[in-house]
Amino acid sequence: MKNLLTLFAGLTFGFGLIISGMSNPNKVINFLDITGNWDPSLALVMLGAIPLAFLGFRWIETSHKTIFNEELHLPGKAHFNPSLLIGSLLFGVGWAITGFCPGPALVALGTGSVKAIFFVAAMLVGMLVHDRILKRVMKSNKS
Amino acid sequence: MSLIINWNDFTPISALIGGALIGISSVVLLAARGRILGISGIVGSLLQRANTPPDHYLWRILFICGILLATVIGNIFNLIPKLDIRSDYSTLIVGGLLVGFGTRMGSGCTSGHAVCGLGRLSPRSLLATITFMASGFLTAYVFYQLM
Repeated sequence: MKNLLTLFAGLTFGFGLIISGMSNPNKVINFLDITGNWDPSLALVMLGAIPLAFLGFRWIETSHKTIFNEELHLPGKAHFNPSLLIGSLLFGVGWAITGFCPGPALVALGTGSVKAIFFVAAMLVGMLVHDRILKRVMKSNKS
Repeated sequence: MSLIINWNDFTPISALIGGALIGISSVVLLAARGRILGISGIVGSLLQRANTPPDHYLWRILFICGILLATVIGNIFNLIPKLDIRSDYSTLIVGGLLVGFGTRMGSGCTSGHAVCGLGRLSPRSLLATITFMASGFLTAYVFYQLM
């Protein structure tokens, strides 16, 4: 049941990206390019998603457990560091020049688009460079 | 600089419905697994070696399979509008590297910070969201209007 619900969540998320237009890079670019031919649609994706997430999360967080009575794994809310800002800044640049963020890139990958394959491959390399190399260098500098 | 809204491409209803599905998905994942729906975290963690393999990999792989299944079903029933990827290959590679590196460094992307984080009223996610949105708007201006 737990696994079925996880698959269902992924399926719902995928359909959400497809229906909302988030999975279309050109629509994302037309949203980010305000002074171009501005298409404000994608602001409404957040408007549709956040209130439901807010209500659902409040309901779950008050019980402190999942519906299968397991622990919640919740990240901290108030931990600020330069990496948060620099990382988000770099992400914004990559997002704007391609129109892809990680979720929609996976949807595009499913269509078999060669361009999407290139993007996702580069994204995975970027993740590995951060997680494997940068973190190791920073650790060895500290010790 | 001027602001011209392109009403022809404006799709408020499908954006709201799609957004609602994304919100519902994040609630189902937290309720069933106790996990935050953050794609960069899900994909990034799959690239790491795990001490407790079944626990670490299973839910992440299932979730990604769900996304890919949505694409396959969407393709079969012709629900997916033709993908419009205007970037050339070099841009896609540079952008992919930046998105991968940046989301891991910033601990999240549009799903983890802008939907789940804001849904949890997290100040940390608000700061991240403001930063990548501002960076996205500014980059789009420079890249598409000035270059």
